[in-house]
Amino acid sequence: MKDSQSISIAFVGSGGAGALTAGNFLLEAACAAGWQGLLTRSVGPQIRGGEAAALVRLATHSIECMPEQFDVLIGIDWLNAQRFGAEIEVGPQSLVIGDPRGGALPPRVAAAGARVVSVPMKDMAKAIPDGRTNMIAFGIAGKLLGLSQDVCSALLAKRLGDKGQAAIEASQAGLQAGYDSLRDLEFNLRLAPPKQSATKRWLVSGNEMTALGAVRGGIRFAAAYPITPATEILEWLAPNLVKAGGALLQAEDELAAINMIIGASYGGTPSLTATSGPGLSLMIEALGLATAAEIPLVIIDVMRGGPSTGIPTKSEQADLNIAVYGCHGDAPHLVLAPQSVGDCLFTTQWAVHLAEALQTPAIVLSDQFIGQARAAIGRPADVAFVGQRRTASDIGSAAGAYRRYAIAGSGVSPMALPGTPGGQYTADGLTHNERGVPTSAASDHEAQLDKRQHKLERFAYGDHWATIEGDGDLAVVTWGSLTGVAREAIGRVNRDGVEASLLAPRLLFPAQPAGLAAALEGKKRVLVVEQSHGGQFHRYLRAHYDLPGVVKVLNRPGPLPIRASEIHRAIMQWRS
Amino acid sequence: MSSVDERLACKPADYKSDIKPIWCPGCGDYHVLMSFTRAFAELGLPPERIVVVSGIGCSSRIPAYTNCYGFHGVHGRSLALGAGLKVTRPDLTVVVASGDGDGYSIGGNHFLHACRRNIDMTYVVMDNHIYGMTKGQPSPTTEPEFDTALSPGGTGLRPFHPLAVALASGANFVARCFSGEPNETASILVEAIRHPGFSFVEILSPCVTFRPDEREWKNLVHRAPVAATSDPARAARRIMTDDGFNLGILYRGDRKPYQPAVGHTSIDLSELEKDFEL
Amino acid sequence: MSNAPTVSSLADLLAVAYQIEADAVERYDLLAGQMETHNNPELTAVFRDLARAEGIHRDEIQRLAGDIDVIAHARRMAKWAHGESPEEADLGAAHYMMTPWHALELALAAEKRALAFFKSVVETATDPHITKMAEEFVEEETDHVNLVYRLMNKYLLPPHSWSEDLDPPIPQD
Repeated sequence: MKDSQSISIAFVGSGGAGALTAGNFLLEAACAAGWQGLLTRSVGPQIRGGEAAALVRLATHSIECMPEQFDVLIGIDWLNAQRFGAEIEVGPQSLVIGDPRGGALPPRVAAAGARVVSVPMKDMAKAIPDGRTNMIAFGIAGKLLGLSQDVCSALLAKRLGDKGQAAIEASQAGLQAGYDSLRDLEFNLRLAPPKQSATKRWLVSGNEMTALGAVRGGIRFAAAYPITPATEILEWLAPNLVKAGGALLQAEDELAAINMIIGASYGGTPSLTATSGPGLSLMIEALGLATAAEIPLVIIDVMRGGPSTGIPTKSEQADLNIAVYGCHGDAPHLVLAPQSVGDCLFTTQWAVHLAEALQTPAIVLSDQFIGQARAAIGRPADVAFVGQRRTASDIGSAAGAYRRYAIAGSGVSPMALPGTPGGQYTADGLTHNERGVPTSAASDHEAQLDKRQHKLERFAYGDHWATIEGDGDLAVVTWGSLTGVAREAIGRVNRDGVEASLLAPRLLFPAQPAGLAAALEGKKRVLVVEQSHGGQFHRYLRAHYDLPGVVKVLNRPGPLPIRASEIHRAIMQWRS
Repeated sequence: MSSVDERLACKPADYKSDIKPIWCPGCGDYHVLMSFTRAFAELGLPPERIVVVSGIGCSSRIPAYTNCYGFHGVHGRSLALGAGLKVTRPDLTVVVASGDGDGYSIGGNHFLHACRRNIDMTYVVMDNHIYGMTKGQPSPTTEPEFDTALSPGGTGLRPFHPLAVALASGANFVARCFSGEPNETASILVEAIRHPGFSFVEILSPCVTFRPDEREWKNLVHRAPVAATSDPARAARRIMTDDGFNLGILYRGDRKPYQPAVGHTSIDLSELEKDFEL
Repeated sequence: MSNAPTVSSLADLLAVAYQIEADAVERYDLLAGQMETHNNPELTAVFRDLARAEGIHRDEIQRLAGDIDVIAHARRMAKWAHGESPEEADLGAAHYMMTPWHALELALAAEKRALAFFKSVVETATDPHITKMAEEFVEEETDHVNLVYRLMNKYLLPPHSWSEDLDPPIPQD
């Protein structure tokens, strides 16, 4: 029996088999017992009854991506499971558990040379009144990992409490049956004991962290239009904003949603909406309005496969172009990207702070991978970033004295909130002068464009603008959810005796040329890694920065995640 | 200062800005501006407590011509701007201004849902049966036989009936006015603003440049033969025989306005985190 | 006139007469502003002159009223329910290329409406003091009407092409 620092288990099943629930229970039980964990899921296109896979990785250290091959694959049934073939690879070292009555092994699994063990989960479930196959699968997984049955049992009691005693008993019986079923099995992997952690730990999704970060940052109004994979952010906000003294309004479409938050923000309330690519496309016109009229707001874009309707349930990093360049005219605004499930909280909170301070929209580019992944994280520290808008409250009574868009200093002019006597102005998308009166004069247009550009450029963003780690003359430059993947790859490269550094901007716009130049100084090789067919991030880097040395790009569209092993290979193969 | 004294002290001139309108001389919107300022003076509200929100079009230029707070937004989205503002700042009086193109064409969807949502604000649409700002294309209320460059020979389409749509969608107050009667219009605006919930006021406002034929409107408009009703079914029957020139209040409903409670935090933020804890 | 304010006292009549003139001043000033924005300096001057003239009438009525606060009184009761107060020039008849003849045509119509109003007061008033004062206003307005006629005679009728603008309208949004 070998202690492993990391073990990965995938559950697949269809038609109500409950694979996702089994995976979630395993994650929660293991994390409650002290391990680190990450769960992602993959689903077929059906609303109900479709094939589903829960991918769980547990470890003694922090993990941010799925492995190249899974240690264990439990097939509650194999119906349509070939869909997951490329995503859930197994190999000769893997253990595959299937039900003889669950259909034929997917060809890819059968050809992998893995060890296949039969467990008659369906029959075992039938033997239990109201028994479910996925509870048996949960038990099997727990046993394989060396997870205490008591921990799993306690979790069932907690999670199924509202379903009644009979349901709890049936699940406990299923769990027991799963634990019992592998009595004679020799499995040579076991998770090393978890490291004790003093910090409180949370089990969260990126979307939940995004929503909490928004509230911590001061958001008190959200307008919602549902869209996969962002809806969970809005669903968390609906009751919780109310508890915080705010409100959420469901809009009739994204056009209404973005305009509602502009109206609310104009009135003084920090406001937010969350969407995905197609919704962001609809919001672009109003994004320009908010930029021109200098109204703060935050738009969360949980990126998914594109273009157009694309692959709604899969991740991709191809909304960078529209986020940075989407507006007609010159309309620079903030664009940020969280780098992990936990970082969704910090980055969103920071985005609120920046948007309010700079009186401009901020787009936060999350993605389906971190948005919907669930992970155990240490309780995020309280950060001091809260939205604080510069408002004008003491205005002279001289008619027309107040100049909403006065040009001075930092470029941020105090904003009079409606209700403030003497501060009346009309916010406008039309090009305007310092008083906000529409104008077509060249000097006014240029002055206001300068103002809006300068306010972004003159702000001191500090070190949060990017993650910069490591040494050596090769830099891996990436962003968003690939940050953790690259970090894991560099860890492997280091174990091979090679150095490499990581640069991942959190603040994508405005660009930080001085910061990047410092981070890449002396580098001879730059490996750009991104999940975009058109290489949007690479082109963005070329547009805004000078890149040193030789540049290679490792890019691929979704839906398959880029693995740490691929980056590892790319680095090792590129020796100078 | 008591509200009575406030009312006496407020003059329409207090609500006008010094910005000269770009509207063509002869435009009905000059009268509408007059009605706005007279209504605001009658209500006695301080100008800084009123926000005039608009979209794009000639009529949507009105916010800058008042001395209130204003928002000149993008085409068709003024109701959404107003909704977000009012829900988070219920202390403000929100008047949304639009035209027949901005409000009934691109803004049509938001019109339906604003009536449904019944947030306490007043929607004023200056209807001139044409797209004036962009040089004379047909609007949803243009007569089917009216010839334009984009619709030679006329659209042949049945005109949109905004009052019927407002009523069917749940607006709490529905009225029609004529710009050429600024006092009557002002007094209906006062009532519309005072009436809780979503108030819809269509103001027929002739376009002197692209619809010189609308000079006839002053002879076509007429007082509606019956008083306002609070029975939607009755109002619906009246709408069926509306010739588009009936003036007055059609309907006054009693639906409770939508207004979530805002501004009072009931808990410590750390309470929100409990569900995440392992 | 069913929508006219009810005149039950001398104070009422003075207040209404005051308001009629005050409204006329504001209307001509508004039109002058429109003509200025729309680059018609000749008409700007004509409307400013008309505003000035009406201003003199307005001030005379205030003097005539003596101790009565016509402004406050007017604010309370001098309201026309429909349409506009009689001497307000028809805003809808303005045109950015209008000629002085047109402006006077508007003024003439306005004065005639005011005249008709005061005549109706003469006919319907029961209080002889009101009747007497109303008759004086009728005389005044008749003078104004004749003055406008004389002024109009100084101007040629506008040619058929008076509103022809060789430039097309310009969309701004």
